[in-house]
Amino acid sequence: MTSRHRVVIVGASIAGITSAETLRFEGFDGKILILGDEPHLPYIRPPLSKQILLDAWEPERTIIKTQQELDHLGIEFRGSSPALALNLKERAVITADGPENYDDLIIATGARARRLGGDIGIRTLRTVDDALSLRKDFSKAKHAVVIGAGVLGSEIASAGRALGADVTLIGNTGKVSFGSIGNALSSQIQDLHQEHQVALQLKVNITDINKENDITHLILDNGQTVSGDIVVAAIGAIACVDWLQDSGLEIADGVVCDEKGQAADGVYAIGDVAAWRHLTTGKATRVEHQTNAIEQAMSVAATIVDGRESTAPVPFFWSDIHGVSIKAYGWFDGQPLNELESTSDKGTLFASQKDGRTNGVISWDLAASAFRNARSLLDESITYRNSKSPIKEQR
Amino acid sequence: MKITVRKDACVGAGQCSLVAGSLFDQDDDGIVVLINSEPAAAEEPAAKKAASLCPSRAISVSE
Repeated sequence: MTSRHRVVIVGASIAGITSAETLRFEGFDGKILILGDEPHLPYIRPPLSKQILLDAWEPERTIIKTQQELDHLGIEFRGSSPALALNLKERAVITADGPENYDDLIIATGARARRLGGDIGIRTLRTVDDALSLRKDFSKAKHAVVIGAGVLGSEIASAGRALGADVTLIGNTGKVSFGSIGNALSSQIQDLHQEHQVALQLKVNITDINKENDITHLILDNGQTVSGDIVVAAIGAIACVDWLQDSGLEIADGVVCDEKGQAADGVYAIGDVAAWRHLTTGKATRVEHQTNAIEQAMSVAATIVDGRESTAPVPFFWSDIHGVSIKAYGWFDGQPLNELESTSDKGTLFASQKDGRTNGVISWDLAASAFRNARSLLDESITYRNSKSPIKEQR
Repeated sequence: MKITVRKDACVGAGQCSLVAGSLFDQDDDGIVVLINSEPAAAEEPAAKKAASLCPSRAISVSE
């Protein structure tokens, strides 16, 4: 590979930036161009529904790399420059400013929030601009309605209460679910919401939506109507693949890739947009998880440089709801959790255990030192996973 | 290589101390503690990996 080799990365969030950075860390000395559709420097999204919405952070603190750091790494970043199409034959990404040729292409366009209700003004939270606009309007809102009882919906409901609005949280499965933990913590989270006066409507469907005088009314199939001067939908995300529809790449729910992230010759996809094929099941599925985006980014960067694999990180995610810090470390497959003794004088330690092995631990507001201690319960499993993890077995 | 950390961004995931235990630790609040800001050559790959793995991007490395 020569220094004339050019990698174009479409998408400037955590997956795109991590792949660029890892290319440099692995010794790649060719050109790197990152195209982003937003005007901002690359930023991370987890704080948007936490510190940003709560007005604890200014948006600058979510920035992953400053312009100076990008320059230093020799990464050309172009914001407000969405990819419009892909020409596989010419190896070119089409932008409003013309084609950008690549030797290798990394597709990291992520996903966008699923919308509801057409043009009736139901909000979503995906970008920093969404978060800032919600934060401004929440402080004036009297009653907020959050549709979608997952992690994001819970975080938005929690922020809405902290910012002084009455909040109703609506779901359709009967339970609050929580990312990779599934329903194993539903009752605890529902109790927490109720302690903080979040009204829960967890097993309803919306049959009609109408708006009058800035108040949106949601008609529910249990006969009730819920109204709010601000309504936010947190009902999942759709892979950003519109620009690839005529490219010839296989598109299903996302960009279909082999088990190493390759979608075509010299074309890879990573992060929320990518559906890597599972070697044993043959199924191509998307995974919306930051650890997964980082792992895929590192793996593809290493593949481009010299085909080496990197070891898989242990999945981690965290959330803050009504001031309770929830941290999940490891693997959860929705099975019931065990409550364990911890060294903390507050909070609760939960573990996902099977066949005498601890696969994941959850800190429910534990002292941090206790969470650190609890992580070592996994250490034996981690060694095992790193050499023979379910993910590694796919490769 | 020089490592810098932003303690105010750290969420206490501990990925850094896991992949580069000679460079990073966590204090009693779970917040990152930088043991050595100038890693030896052999430690540099681990330092880079820790920076990329940090879920809150609280670690930077520069040449």
